[in-house]
Amino acid sequence: MVTRPIYLDYQSTTPCDPRVLEAMLPYFTIDFGNPHSRSHFYGWQAEEAVEQARAQVARILNADPKEVIFTSGATESNNLAIKGVAHFYKAHKDHIITCMTEHKCVLDSCRHLEQGGFKVTYLPVRPNGLIDLNKLREAITERTGLVSIMAVNNEIGIIQPLEEIGKICREKGVFFHTDAAQAVGKIPIDVEAMNIDLLSLSSHKIYGPKGVGALYVRRKPRVRLTALINGGGQERGMRSGTLSTPLCVGLGKACEIAGEEMLSEYKRLTALRNRFYSTLQAELEEIYLNGDLEKRIPGNLNISFSHVEGEGLIMGIKEIAVSSGSACTSASLEPSYVLRALGVEEEMAHTSLRIGFGRFTTEEDVDTAAQKIIKEVKRLREMSPLWEMARQGIDLKSIEWAEH
Amino acid sequence: MAYSQKVIDHYENPRNVGSLDPKEENVGTGLVGAPACGDVMKLQIKVNDKGVIEDAKFKTFGCGSAIASSSLVTEWIKGKTLEEAGAIKNTEIAQHLSLPPVKIHCSMLAEDAIRAAIRDYKEKNRAG
Amino acid sequence: MVYLDYNASVPLRPCAKEAMMAAFAYEGNASSPHKVGRKLRAMIDGARKNMLGRLGAKRIIFTSGGTEANALVLSNFGDRPVLVSTIEHDSVLKGAVAPTYVPVKEDGRLDLEVLEKALLSFDKPGLLSLMLVNNETGVIQPLQEATFLAHAKGWKVHTDASQALGRIPLSFEDLGVDMMTLSAHKCGGPVGVGALVLKEDLHLQPLIRGGGQEYGMRSGTLSTPLVLGFEAAVSEALQEETHASKRLREFQQKIEAALPQAIIYGKGAPRVSHVICLGMPGIPADLQLMSFDLKGVAISAGAACSSGKMKDSHVLEAMGVSPQDSRCAIRLSMGWKTTENDVIAFIQAWKEICEKQSLKEAS
Repeated sequence: MVTRPIYLDYQSTTPCDPRVLEAMLPYFTIDFGNPHSRSHFYGWQAEEAVEQARAQVARILNADPKEVIFTSGATESNNLAIKGVAHFYKAHKDHIITCMTEHKCVLDSCRHLEQGGFKVTYLPVRPNGLIDLNKLREAITERTGLVSIMAVNNEIGIIQPLEEIGKICREKGVFFHTDAAQAVGKIPIDVEAMNIDLLSLSSHKIYGPKGVGALYVRRKPRVRLTALINGGGQERGMRSGTLSTPLCVGLGKACEIAGEEMLSEYKRLTALRNRFYSTLQAELEEIYLNGDLEKRIPGNLNISFSHVEGEGLIMGIKEIAVSSGSACTSASLEPSYVLRALGVEEEMAHTSLRIGFGRFTTEEDVDTAAQKIIKEVKRLREMSPLWEMARQGIDLKSIEWAEH
Repeated sequence: MAYSQKVIDHYENPRNVGSLDPKEENVGTGLVGAPACGDVMKLQIKVNDKGVIEDAKFKTFGCGSAIASSSLVTEWIKGKTLEEAGAIKNTEIAQHLSLPPVKIHCSMLAEDAIRAAIRDYKEKNRAG
Repeated sequence: MVYLDYNASVPLRPCAKEAMMAAFAYEGNASSPHKVGRKLRAMIDGARKNMLGRLGAKRIIFTSGGTEANALVLSNFGDRPVLVSTIEHDSVLKGAVAPTYVPVKEDGRLDLEVLEKALLSFDKPGLLSLMLVNNETGVIQPLQEATFLAHAKGWKVHTDASQALGRIPLSFEDLGVDMMTLSAHKCGGPVGVGALVLKEDLHLQPLIRGGGQEYGMRSGTLSTPLVLGFEAAVSEALQEETHASKRLREFQQKIEAALPQAIIYGKGAPRVSHVICLGMPGIPADLQLMSFDLKGVAISAGAACSSGKMKDSHVLEAMGVSPQDSRCAIRLSMGWKTTENDVIAFIQAWKEICEKQSLKEAS
C-alpha cells in the first residue's frame, strides 16, 4: 500500500493554494497583456490586475499600495533592500547592523558590502534566539544607515521584537529593514505600528506561486535606494523589468487569503503543534526545543533528539518530509549556523530536526508523524553508541574524540 | 539524496547491532569519529585463539550511510583473520554500497573503526 | 480586438501553457512538496538541457526576465570600459555605468567603422553590448562582424537577443558572442522568466546573492512552471522559425505595399519579418494610438517600457530622424496568432485614420 507522505516542512516552501492558482491562471492566457503597455486594452487590463494585487499585498502590511514593489522573490527583495539602501546613502552612512541568524541571502549581501568597504555588525542572539535590544541600541552609531533584522527565523520560528526594534531605529534615525518571508500571513505585521521602513516578503512561503515576492519601501519618511536592476523604470524606478501579471495576481490572492485566515490558522496550528510536541515529550526523554517556545510562530518546532543524528533520523521517517536545518544548506554536512548562534553545541545541532506545520496539515498527520518519529528515535538510540554511553553514566565530554 | 538499495537495506535491517563486553580479554573495541562531526562508530570484535574474528558488533551515531557502512563491515570481518580484516579498504566499502562522493567519509570511518578495534585487541593481548 | 503589439508581449503559446499547467499541478501538491521539490528541480534541469541543445550553448542561467539578465551582465563590468549601441533597450542603456555609445547609421544598423575606432581608444578591454534585433524597428544588427572586431581586441561581447528568438535563425555558437539575454514572454512563453546564456568558462558575480543557485550566479527559488513554459515556447519558436518568418514576411510586404504614404523606418537594412515601424506624416503617434484603439487595433509607439510616457524614441533619434517625424511613428508587431484578417484590419484602419486626420488638417 502506498501511504500518503506527510509534509511537515512548511518553512521550506508551501504548496500553491488552489484558490491562488485559480485566480492567476486566466492572466497567463486570456489576459496576457504587458501591464506597462499604456496604449491599449490588453495593457490596461493587466495593469488593473497588478494594481489590485499590489493593494492586497499592502493591506496585509497596513501599508499604502504605492509603497509595495514587486520583485522575483524574497531573495531579490533582501538583496535590493540591503544593497540598495547601503549604496544610496553611502556618502554619509557606511555601517549596517544585522544579526547572526539571518537568512543566507541577507548575510551574503552584507558580506559582499563588507568587501566593498562597508562595516557590518552581526548581532549575537540569546539562547532563546532573540536579539538583545540593548546590544542593538549600543551598536548604532552616527554612521549606521540600516538595521536589518528578520521578523521570524526560518529555522527556529522565533519572532523578533519588531515593534521595539522599530522604535529604537526610529529614535536613532536609522532605517529598519525586516525579512518577513516567514512572518507575513502568520503573525500580524503593521509597518506603521512597528516603524518598519523596508520589508521583504515571499510568495511561495504563503501558498502563492514561486518566482515572485515584494519589497515594501516606506514613502514617509521617504526611503530611497539604488536599484539593482535598471531599465524601463518600472516599480517607481526601483526595479525595472516587465511585471508578470499572473504571478503578481497570485501573490495578491495569497496575501488576501492569508490575511483572512490568519487568526483561525494561528489557533488551529498552535493546537496541532502543542498536541504534537506533548506527545513527543511524553514518550521520549532528552529532547530539547531550540529557540523560545512562547515567542514563536505556531507552525514551527526545532527539536534536538539527543544522541540521534538528524540525517539518519530523516532517512528513517521517510514517509514524513521534514528538514535538518535550512533547506538551502541542508545538502552540506555543516550543522546549522543558526543553532550554533543560539549556543547549541555542535553535537546537539547534529541531532536537530525542523518540523513545520501549515495550512494543509491535519490532526491525523501530526499524530501519525509523532508516532513514527518516536518509534524511529527509539530504534536509532538503541543503535547509538552515544546513547549507550550516556546511559552508562559516561560523560561524553570527557572522551577525547578524534575530530576528522 | 537518493540512497542505494544496499544502504537502505543495511539501514533498515542493520546486521550485528549491539555490544560485547569491552573488559573481556578477547574483545577489541574501536570508537571512532566525533559527536561534533555528526558521526561516531563503535565497532567491537571477539577474536578466538586462532586469531580469527568470530563475532562482531557495532553501534553507530550518524547518517544512513554511516550506519550502513558499519553494518556492512561487521558482516565482512566475521570469520576473517585480524590480518585479513585489517586489509579491508574504504574504497571497497564505498563501492559495495554505491556511496556518493559526499558520503565517502562514512566508509573511511568504517575502515578506521576496524583498525581501531584490532589495535585495541592487540594492545590488550600483547603481554599474553 | 486586433492585437499587433507582439514586441510588448506575445500571447502564451498553447504548448507553453500545457507545460506550465503540468508543473503547476505538481506545485500545488499539498501532501508532498518535498518529493515535488526534487521533481521540480529535475524538471528545471531537463528544460535547461533541452534549451541548451536547441540554442547550441553549454550554460544557461535562469532569471526573472531579460531586464535582470542584462543587469547581471552589466553589473559585472562596472570597473571596465563598456560600449553600447545608441539603440539598445533601456535595460542596457541604464544598466551600464558610464558607457560609451556607438552610433547607428541612417538605416538603423550599427556603424562598424566607429566601433572599430572606439575599440582602439581604450587601453584595456571591456564589454560590448549590442542587441541582435532592435525592438522598435526590427533592424538586424551586424552582430557577428561586431563580435569579430571586439574579440580581436580581447573584449567580451553580450547581446540582448530577446527580440530575435524565433524571428531569425538563432545559434549561440554561431553568433560567437560570450553572453546572450533571452526573455520568455517575447517568444510566447510566460512573463516573469528569462535567461542569460553564457560561455562555460565565464563566471559572473551575482546580482542577487543567497543560496547560491544557478552556478552561484543567481540566487533565489525559481518558478518551475515558468521555466518549463519558457522552454516549450523557445522550442516551438525555434522549430517554427522558418515557416513563421515566411508567413509574416508576406504580411509585412502586404502592409508596406498597401500604404505607400507611410514612412517605413529601417527599410534599407535587413529586418525581421514581424515588425514595422511606420510614420504617418503630420499625425502624432498618441492621436494615432487613440484612433487605432477606438477601431479595435492594439499597437504601440516605441518600446512598452516607456510607451506610457510618450517620450521621443531614442532609436529613431539615433537614426537621424527629426523629432517631428519621430513623434508620428508607431510600431506594429506580429506573431504566431496574427492572421491575414488582422493585417487587413490594420491597413483599413491606418488608411481611415490617415484620411480623416488629413481632412481635419486641411479644413
